[in-house]
Amino acid sequence: MVDRRHFIKNTAGGLAALGGLTLLQRSGLAAATGNGQATIPDALPGKEALIKQTYRPPNYETPINYFDTPFTPNNQFFVRYHNAVIPEVKPGEWRLRIGGDAIRTPLEFSLEQLRKDFEHVEIAALCLCSGNRRGAFEPPVPGLQWGSGAMGNALWRGVRLKDVLAGAGIDKSALEVSLAGADSGVLPTTPNFVKSLPLAKALDQNTLIAFEMNGEPLPHWNGFPARLIIPGWTATYWLKHLTALNVISEPFDGFWMKNAYRIPKDRFPGGQFGSQETETTMPITEILVNSLITNLEDGQTLPNAKTIEIKGVAWDSGNGIAKVEVSADGGGNWQQAALKQDYGRFSWRQWHSVFEPKHPGQYRIMARATSHSGATQPLEPVPNPSGYHHNAVQKITIRLV
Amino acid sequence: MRTLILLLSFLAATATAGENRIFLKDRPGKNQVVAQCAMCHSLDYITAHAAMLDRAGWEKTVGKMIGSMGAPINNADKQVIIDYLAQNYGK
Repeated sequence: MVDRRHFIKNTAGGLAALGGLTLLQRSGLAAATGNGQATIPDALPGKEALIKQTYRPPNYETPINYFDTPFTPNNQFFVRYHNAVIPEVKPGEWRLRIGGDAIRTPLEFSLEQLRKDFEHVEIAALCLCSGNRRGAFEPPVPGLQWGSGAMGNALWRGVRLKDVLAGAGIDKSALEVSLAGADSGVLPTTPNFVKSLPLAKALDQNTLIAFEMNGEPLPHWNGFPARLIIPGWTATYWLKHLTALNVISEPFDGFWMKNAYRIPKDRFPGGQFGSQETETTMPITEILVNSLITNLEDGQTLPNAKTIEIKGVAWDSGNGIAKVEVSADGGGNWQQAALKQDYGRFSWRQWHSVFEPKHPGQYRIMARATSHSGATQPLEPVPNPSGYHHNAVQKITIRLV
Repeated sequence: MRTLILLLSFLAATATAGENRIFLKDRPGKNQVVAQCAMCHSLDYITAHAAMLDRAGWEKTVGKMIGSMGAPINNADKQVIIDYLAQNYGK
């Protein structure tokens, strides 16, 4: 694995020196004239056609009409990478290394050891990209222009991170755990996607190293053979193709903690990460209460009927969903939706509602979730420079004819 | 020759077929943009930001690619790339 990565880096690093353009043109990478397209469906190997945001690194979101099942099928699950070199990890060769200056004994595990040596745990949890719905911010915010499909709910099976770290002997000086995976940038100068967690979150009983998703091995594009599951926190911490965990006594200072995935301090409720906070900003952490209508789209025309069904999902950081209210008249009247089966506080909750239109015409449909902590969705998203945490109440217009 | 074969096999391994469908405007500077930017990422990162960034925004983005992402772009190419992006994909 390491050899291959070095080979790729060295080879690609020679691109510019060799007169990269000609080679790029030969390879079909170079672009011709014309206009770009915003989003198009495209299938990665092993995946159904999803909504393509970028080809390389691969970023694909799930069409919302696929969200009609409690658990998002693996071959429809969204894909999000920051760097383009994504090795196909051989399970027999994969190793997880535990190190850092705040442990007493460095450890190394094979996949088999990880499966055999620790208790297995299964948790239903929503994996939600921090930038989901960024494309809905006005004015537009640069970054991947995600719709509502950079998320998925799954049943994750693995072992507790705290059990795995215990044998290493965590020192009193431990502050954070840094997280690294097998993927990397094309050039050796590009920072790897490395994140860190506060020690307490790393040792939370719900923080898992998962090797199964919905009863199957993790798909390659979702982190095979093992990834982190941080229920209730946005997916930026859910490291894929996990290879190294370092328990450290100083705040991790890589690009992906210090410069990216940050929000203005005191603008959003909940979530703390003291060792990574500055006077003005902090890392994004907890998922905000949110909901999505999954069976109707803005601008859709439907035949008028006695009853119109409205379905969707709702979620938060782990308090659980207390209620979902639906309005069919632009927020004048609200009625409570029926909540479907509860798969646990980190899972999204499916909901269902019907309204009886009095006549054909236009209807403004809205849905608003409230969590058990009492938090509810705002009518407008809270502006922030990177376009994270879009959790405004959806407002869609349908036409009955 | 050996390097070329290795290089093409690398590109075949990382680039996806769909990238052929991304078209950048055929204007001065395109060669530098394709050579430098497509080394690490597909060009839909550019088309997806059309009319979203003004010149200052593109300057900041290219600066981030060099300063934070380690893109080995010299000052002359940097200026050509910023001009191309601002003129053809600017707000």
